[in-house]
Amino acid sequence: MASIKIRAKSKDGVTTVKTLMSHPMETGLRKDESGKLIPAHHITEVTAEYNGNVVMSANWSGAISNNPYLSFKFKGGASGEKVKITWVDNKGEGDSLEVAIK
Amino acid sequence: MNEIRRKLLKTTMGLGALLTTIGAGLLIPQRALAAYMAEAFATKDVSTALIAALGSDSHTPSDAIKLKAPDIAENGAVVPVTVSSTLPNVESIAIIASANQFPLTSTYRLSSMSVVFISTRIKMGESAKVLAVVKSDGKLYSATKEVKVIIGGCGG
Repeated sequence: MASIKIRAKSKDGVTTVKTLMSHPMETGLRKDESGKLIPAHHITEVTAEYNGNVVMSANWSGAISNNPYLSFKFKGGASGEKVKITWVDNKGEGDSLEVAIK
Repeated sequence: MNEIRRKLLKTTMGLGALLTTIGAGLLIPQRALAAYMAEAFATKDVSTALIAALGSDSHTPSDAIKLKAPDIAENGAVVPVTVSSTLPNVESIAIIASANQFPLTSTYRLSSMSVVFISTRIKMGESAKVLAVVKSDGKLYSATKEVKVIIGGCGG
């Protein structure tokens, strides 16, 4: 089950990474039809690695929209080199995906 | 028969212990980190959140930060926000929706390789100022943008 989509493109010495993760991102503040609170379930950390080095890491609350979108840029990166995205949520679940830069 | 059973038991127990060790080793640092940030995310106060996340709540408005967000967001559940900056040595960025019950939406730690650029989508409970705070050379700089929300996106 792939929960991550990544598009990484290198241009003029800068790599732009766009990523989509599928996750409900429940804040823990919403109620269901019977008025019961829906427990918080959201991504807490996203880590981006390029050639094994962390280039960006994020800490998220439930206030990031569900099925989160994230884009960032870093200097360097050439076509064929690898970018890896990893996420972990507040239940300790997670996923990770590595793709080649275009 | 007994011999095999004993061997099987030993192997299984050993594997169990090994997995427990690996599990504990992996989980502890994550929990520690989550606990640290939990403080910043659990507060209803912008200043407290900034102190917990970036070490200070005093920030100077800066034209060197570009904060892109819509004037009007029809759906508060999906508000696109982009922060970019020409400030030097940026360590971290925080994105705050000031009227949300818990205002800190997210923080980003950049590296020496980073271009100062983060784009994401946040939830906003009601119309409010979006605040982007950038830590550059150890100091905090900020940009704000008023976003009018038609339908709140934090549910209730």
